[in-house]
Amino acid sequence: MPLYHTEDQAMLANSVSGFMADEGGIKKQLRHWRDTHCKDGFGHGLWKQFAEMGLTGMLAAEEDGGLAMGHVEAGIVLAEIGRNLTPSPFLTTAVMGVTALSGGSADLRGRWLPGVIAGESVLAVAVDEGAKHRPERIACLATRAGNGFRLTGKKDFVVQGASADALIVAARTSGSDSDADGVTLFAVPKNAAGITHNSVRLVDSAMASHVTFDGVELDGDCVIGEVDGGRTLLNKVLSAGRIGAAAEQTGVAAGAFGMTTTYLKTRKQFGKLIGEFQALQHRAAHLYSEIEIAEAVVLKAQQLLDGGSERAELMVSAAKAKAARVCNLAVREGVQMHGGVGMTDEYDIGLYMKRERALTEFMGDANYHAERVAQLSGY
Amino acid sequence: MSDLEAFRAEIRTWIEANCPAEMRRPVQDESDICWGGRNFVFKNDAQKAWMEVCAAKGYTVADWPKAYGGAGLSPAEAKVWREELACAGARPPLSSFGIWMLGPALLKFGTEEQKAHYLNQIARGEIRWCQGYSEPGSGSDLVSLQTFGEDNGDHWVVNGQKIWTSYADKADWIFCLVRTDKANTYQGISFLLFDMTTPGVTTKPIKLISGNSPFCETFFDNVVVPKAQIVGQLNRGWDVAKYLLGHEREMISGAGDGGQTSAIGNVLRRSGLQDPMLRAELAQFDIDALAFAACGEKFLDEIKVGKAHPAQPNMMKYAGTELNKRRHELLMAAGGSTALEWDSEETRGGAAARSWLRTKANSIEGGTSEVMLNVVAKRILELPGA
Repeated sequence: MPLYHTEDQAMLANSVSGFMADEGGIKKQLRHWRDTHCKDGFGHGLWKQFAEMGLTGMLAAEEDGGLAMGHVEAGIVLAEIGRNLTPSPFLTTAVMGVTALSGGSADLRGRWLPGVIAGESVLAVAVDEGAKHRPERIACLATRAGNGFRLTGKKDFVVQGASADALIVAARTSGSDSDADGVTLFAVPKNAAGITHNSVRLVDSAMASHVTFDGVELDGDCVIGEVDGGRTLLNKVLSAGRIGAAAEQTGVAAGAFGMTTTYLKTRKQFGKLIGEFQALQHRAAHLYSEIEIAEAVVLKAQQLLDGGSERAELMVSAAKAKAARVCNLAVREGVQMHGGVGMTDEYDIGLYMKRERALTEFMGDANYHAERVAQLSGY
Repeated sequence: MSDLEAFRAEIRTWIEANCPAEMRRPVQDESDICWGGRNFVFKNDAQKAWMEVCAAKGYTVADWPKAYGGAGLSPAEAKVWREELACAGARPPLSSFGIWMLGPALLKFGTEEQKAHYLNQIARGEIRWCQGYSEPGSGSDLVSLQTFGEDNGDHWVVNGQKIWTSYADKADWIFCLVRTDKANTYQGISFLLFDMTTPGVTTKPIKLISGNSPFCETFFDNVVVPKAQIVGQLNRGWDVAKYLLGHEREMISGAGDGGQTSAIGNVLRRSGLQDPMLRAELAQFDIDALAFAACGEKFLDEIKVGKAHPAQPNMMKYAGTELNKRRHELLMAAGGSTALEWDSEETRGGAAARSWLRTKANSIEGGTSEVMLNVVAKRILELPGA
């Protein structure tokens, strides 16, 4: 398979980029919801439009009413979300949530997927416990109670958690905190008694929750997949989230870079366009090179993931780490090359820096994934 | 089974049947590379057999047309061929500047006679080529070159000096940039081909910091070059040179070359080193290596269908050579004091140290990293005044 977008994928990219430039732009979405102190941090109207475009069900199976596309296609949408800094539940809902639910029973899929695909409901993923991503350790406890389970514990960095109709929760049903086995995924409805959201606004204006489960009673049919055998499905959800975040980061990087090169071509100092200075030209050219490389490894990982390759996990971690480093470079160079105005809220470049920071933490930062690359490579 | 999968199965079987076991071990150093040429001494029978069996099928230059010694493979088939070679751990049957650089230029600019003659020789490994570009006063500023070809009716008389001519002392022929018009800078250069045994051609190897002498000074003293041996038009050799430089940069970048860009973290496991800081550095490198390998694959795929930016080889060359230098810095660090040994048997004559030093030329030869960044800034980013 050639390592570039197929004709169909290029057409998708074309239509999504036009749509997002019109509807998902910074002024219309990010600044609007931020400045109106929206409790969700994103607009439901745009989510509905995503559904009309067929984007919400991209990863869902055809029998579930979806389009049965892959991570390459989802990545195309995420790159545009990144480029426009669009606040959207797409990654947590249409990518991670749908991946999780697709491992569940027909009943469970029928309960949640139609709402997602229609753009009427939103899902959130509750995996992290603590300030750093460490899903190898899961302490949040689900004990058997009658025909179901009782959920007790805390989850952090649950992005858009308070807005979600259901939480996808990774909980421990047996064994000790660091065991690979004994993990079960649950689809927890938002109105279940005993859930408390401490919802906080993040640096990038997204909302995230510290969620407390205080003896939340769950039916047995909230279980996604197998009891105690949820690790495999969890890993699929994590891979989907990681490569999705990486794709979004390449979009953030490209957006920041485009804005910066435009600035280099318009700002004058010492009687010259600042883009004429070789000190800046070389840094811009280096950044271009890095962005090209990051985009390539993200696409490679997407293709391997879609093809079910055994190298996919390694490549996903390499892609997440590379995209994080490159995106970080892009926003730092962006702010620096903008000079003083890069520090102002009026200019958008600072918003890219904020989004980059949040995306890097989401589903494991560059160091976390470097460690994984070393482990998966056997050293 | 799709046609491509059937082709893959066929190639796999063919490699299995025809690639000698000795040719399936990793290339350790320079002496393992099969360069071909009149005076080439094969390292062993397996090396000769592997080159010849591939040449007979056109697999030394798999994607060239059959008429010119290739196998006429489509881009997708050629990719399968490369993948299957890598999968079998098989060495390239033949490596040469003829394949990487002159061949592509002849395919684009050569006459039918030139193509039929020179390309078949390259494909069969009969003629080894060297490249006469840089001069003592013309390094990064290549276009200022002074080697002059005086028009003398049916031939030119060439006088001047080239430098950094890789393997000039081992090459049979040279493709050479020669000034044929002193009044025009860019449009005063011609691209000439001539035999290194022509009277007046002398070479002198240059000893490098690695202790080896892969580069030469090359002198031309009244060298007669028949007019039929020009590629492209008179005084338009710069166009050929630039096109060829794209291929040279692609080659030096290591794009599509699993060897240069492969992950190296496993040296830790082999050496049993316990060094968490080095391990972290190696992991960071491996991420960059995996990512660059993907970029190389994407770049080659895009080139085949004309999707790559024409200046993209410059970016690839910059990124690939900087990565390779870092790779060898880390290998030296992982090797510790053992890697310092200069001529011991255990280190195969200081192979690691010599390779490390050799890689420092990567970001200089074929256009420095700084020149590559200039070109990216100008032609891809279109920055002002670049």
